[in-house]
Amino acid sequence: MKNPPKISRRKTLLGLGAGAGALATTGVLPGSLGFAQAQSSAPIKIGFQKHATGIGAAYGRWYDTTTTAAVARINEMGGINGRPVEIITEDDATDPGRGAEVLEKFANQHEVDVAFGTLFSHVVIGSAPRAGELKLPYFVVSEGHHVASGMLNRYTLQPGITDVKSQVISMAPFVADNLGKKVTMIYPDFAFGHDHRDFFSEAIEAQGGEVVAKIAIPPTETTFTRYFPNIPRETEVIYHVMVGPAVLTFVKEMGEFFGPSRPEIFGFIDSLEAVDIQSPGLEFLEGTYFWEGMPRHKQANESEAASAYRAAVGVNDRGAAIDDPANVATYAHMFGCWETLNVIKAGMEAADYQGPADRTKLIEAVEAMTEMPESLDHPQGDKLFNGKTHQAFGKQFISKVSDGNLEVVHTASIEDGLYADEVDYTTQSF
Amino acid sequence: MDWTKSNALHIGTLVVLFALFFILPAYHVGAFSRIMVLAIYAIGFNLLFGYTGLLSLGHAMFFAAGMYGFGLSMNLGGLSVLPAFLIGVGAAGLLALGAGYLALRTIGVAFMIVTLMFAQTFYLVILYYGEYTRGDEGFIIQQTQRQIAGIDLTTETARYFTAFILFAVCFLAMARLVQRPFGKRLIAIRENEERARMLGYDVARLKLAALVVSGLFSGVAGAAYALLFGYVGASFASVQYSIFPLLWVLLGGAGTTVGPLIGVIFMFYLIDISSGVTNAYMLVAGLALVLLTLFAPQGLAGTLRKRALPWLP
Amino acid sequence: MDFGPHLMLASLEGAVISAILVLTAMGLSIVFGVMRVVNVAHGEFFMLGAVFAWAVTTMISGHAALGFVAALIIVPVLVGAIAAGVDQLILKRIDYDVDRTIVATIGVLYIVQQSTLMLYGPEARPVEPPFNLRLALPWFEFGENGFQMIWPWGLSVTTYKLFVIGAAIVVLGALWLVLTRTKIGLVMRATQQDRDMAQAFGVPVGQVYSLVFGLGAGLAALGAVLVVPIQQAHYLMGGDPLLLAFIVVIIGGLGSLPGTVIAALLIGMSDGIISVFFSPTLAKIIATFLVAMVLVFRPQGLMGRVAA
Repeated sequence: MKNPPKISRRKTLLGLGAGAGALATTGVLPGSLGFAQAQSSAPIKIGFQKHATGIGAAYGRWYDTTTTAAVARINEMGGINGRPVEIITEDDATDPGRGAEVLEKFANQHEVDVAFGTLFSHVVIGSAPRAGELKLPYFVVSEGHHVASGMLNRYTLQPGITDVKSQVISMAPFVADNLGKKVTMIYPDFAFGHDHRDFFSEAIEAQGGEVVAKIAIPPTETTFTRYFPNIPRETEVIYHVMVGPAVLTFVKEMGEFFGPSRPEIFGFIDSLEAVDIQSPGLEFLEGTYFWEGMPRHKQANESEAASAYRAAVGVNDRGAAIDDPANVATYAHMFGCWETLNVIKAGMEAADYQGPADRTKLIEAVEAMTEMPESLDHPQGDKLFNGKTHQAFGKQFISKVSDGNLEVVHTASIEDGLYADEVDYTTQSF
Repeated sequence: MDWTKSNALHIGTLVVLFALFFILPAYHVGAFSRIMVLAIYAIGFNLLFGYTGLLSLGHAMFFAAGMYGFGLSMNLGGLSVLPAFLIGVGAAGLLALGAGYLALRTIGVAFMIVTLMFAQTFYLVILYYGEYTRGDEGFIIQQTQRQIAGIDLTTETARYFTAFILFAVCFLAMARLVQRPFGKRLIAIRENEERARMLGYDVARLKLAALVVSGLFSGVAGAAYALLFGYVGASFASVQYSIFPLLWVLLGGAGTTVGPLIGVIFMFYLIDISSGVTNAYMLVAGLALVLLTLFAPQGLAGTLRKRALPWLP
Repeated sequence: MDFGPHLMLASLEGAVISAILVLTAMGLSIVFGVMRVVNVAHGEFFMLGAVFAWAVTTMISGHAALGFVAALIIVPVLVGAIAAGVDQLILKRIDYDVDRTIVATIGVLYIVQQSTLMLYGPEARPVEPPFNLRLALPWFEFGENGFQMIWPWGLSVTTYKLFVIGAAIVVLGALWLVLTRTKIGLVMRATQQDRDMAQAFGVPVGQVYSLVFGLGAGLAALGAVLVVPIQQAHYLMGGDPLLLAFIVVIIGGLGSLPGTVIAALLIGMSDGIISVFFSPTLAKIIATFLVAMVLVFRPQGLMGRVAA
């Protein structure tokens, strides 16, 4: 009944040159090429749900680059359990409906071992129910709080990037101590913005500060000036987190609004991922602060692992593609793809994963993980994984824009971002 | 005799859909579950557009009303599937009644714009009440909630046949409806509104009725989508989902009973197959749409009716 | 910020939005008015204008104004030519059938978007304005010392935004002159009023349509070049302008240029001013609903004649 799936968009990533790649796809793969003789030499297939089109396309492209580099490295080191890793990419159009369809395609047509790589929260939430029903492990790289909040299911995990709740909480001490205690928040009026609003309001109050105004901007807005008068005069810090193509306008108009006398400004780099910080109109950002998941610009004390990672994904010291300096990376997020793939590898090795029948063993193996020390597998830094909530926690960076450079001025520890568990997925049956 | 032929066509369509479950590989079974649900939406749209001649650009609000009416009454109201489903469909019907009462004061392009802006308002309302709706992210209806009388609706089999039964009911109901005087009168309005009025039909009332029935069908589809795929989100209320049914119906053939289904199948596989061939699948899809308008001017079923099968309902 | 300055700022912003709307909508107004077809791809011509503006300004080094002026000249012609090509290749062949045009232009939209994504990329890219000075604005009020002038915090506008308002007025004026004082305008208006009659009088309707379609797209592109220094060029930026332009054209009244202007002012100003009184999203909800109600109670649009 089942025909062999026709996979026309597979990317065979062997990292051994085209010749070896050709051998691998035909199934002839001598151990001498680097892969130990395993019970099966068929590749381990990882379905990559990519935002190739739609609003997430800028992220999707860099998630793809990072994924390609990570898999090349894994295959160079002998693959997983002696088998090469193959990435099968499908575009989800950054749409939850199509996202769910893509997961079905992964499970039933491509017959992948696991699915991976989604960023946008609504795509994760739209796809996750299908992952649970299809019993397909689904490793997301989204930074959303959806996994740890307990709304998803046991098949969905986020082991490679810290969630937004933790990120936001860990920012509050620095903001209150160094920038000011009266904060005005400007955020998009959808769930991602509401998460920032709720988590930060609570965290800043714990630091003795307060949010004096909350300005929610409707999505699809292209001009912002008329909203800025709602910023109270007493504001000491503006906390902004905007997303979408209009963010440059947002920053520019904020600069034009304040002119020479502005309060301190703290924002999430999400606003300016894939955008050159020295773009015309962004001069106003000089002296303001940004959260970064991983420092975009090379720091003087960058770790060896972080530098090796930077080289492997083909990014220069300013966070742009080496071969095209105008092509700026989504550097604060994309490390999550690299680290997640290494977690999948470690999990599959711990579970002695052989095929789809071992999927639950893989999830249990990942749930058993705790500390993931900084290494080339985890170049962003140490991670602490919480098996109950399926969520990883790592350190966070605060950078100041100085002479057009993002310079790290504060590193929030893992402990700064911890919060009480909201779910225990391990009690759910498979 | 044509009546028998069209009956045979409708029964035949359903028999094929029933059989597909046993023939198709797993992925396509899942795809057809989705296609049938979306086809219900297209059928509802077709009544208004294809038969009555009213082009709405805001149907996503009815689809979303069904979806949110169902999802919120389950998650916040704690209701079980059947009452929640009825509430979802009812919400869509009520919204259609209200929106129709206002929007039907206009015709033609003004009607398009009014419905478009009502839908935009509805979309923003979903975002505004993010506390309950979780805005653009949406929310999940958990697997354990999605069952009727102990039957788990999240298995592939149950999902397929739930979609099939809903589709069959809507499909046959619509096929019957357009054969009855009600449907004939709607067609009369489409062909010549002034004449229909002079023949003594209450045109305003008939149009409102068509819009409400259309809204109810869209609501069924929205609620079914949430029920079968476990997700409720604002993207289903966006403009895109108002354009889709228009595209499906135009592709399949406006004013034909099987057109909406054909349009959905065609569009789904156009995207699915071309995205398997190339990264630039939107380019392929775009070219296909352009070529189709050049060579199948009345949509697939419509062109078939014109060229070969004049009896096609 | 105090109420008065806030209202003034919001009104200024509303005027800028109105100007942008005028620039976006006037092309569609002509296409829709003369040809009576719904061109779903109109927003993509706007997007192409912005993207080409980026390309032209990037290629030309030197002062930002140089590239900007070059873009103003080159881009509308280029986009207009592309659109005329689309008209000749597709729309003419389907005889401007209303339904088929919708599907065909959705197809064109897909093609243009995907091509842009592949050739230009998914990023939002800025275009430097030729000049952009921040002007702080004064406010007058009765204080303890009687009538006095103050400089409220944040009350300002930029020279470029003022320029956009001015440019919208100039472009509109020029368009109005072309439509009313030239032979081309006469032929267009004749075709608009009665296509068959125009044809009978020897108007080459086919060529007029291509011209109109190209002109409409060129105007959208011109608007985009003017707007892009305020916004950014992005491959998905065509969607919202399309909807807004469509709304403006219909609310204004089919094919009525003055109506288009009034509608743009109504929508832009209401969007700006309502935002003073309500939270942003609620303001958007109210503004959208109210504008829809205008059409409900005046279905022919503000300046439209009752349809025959």
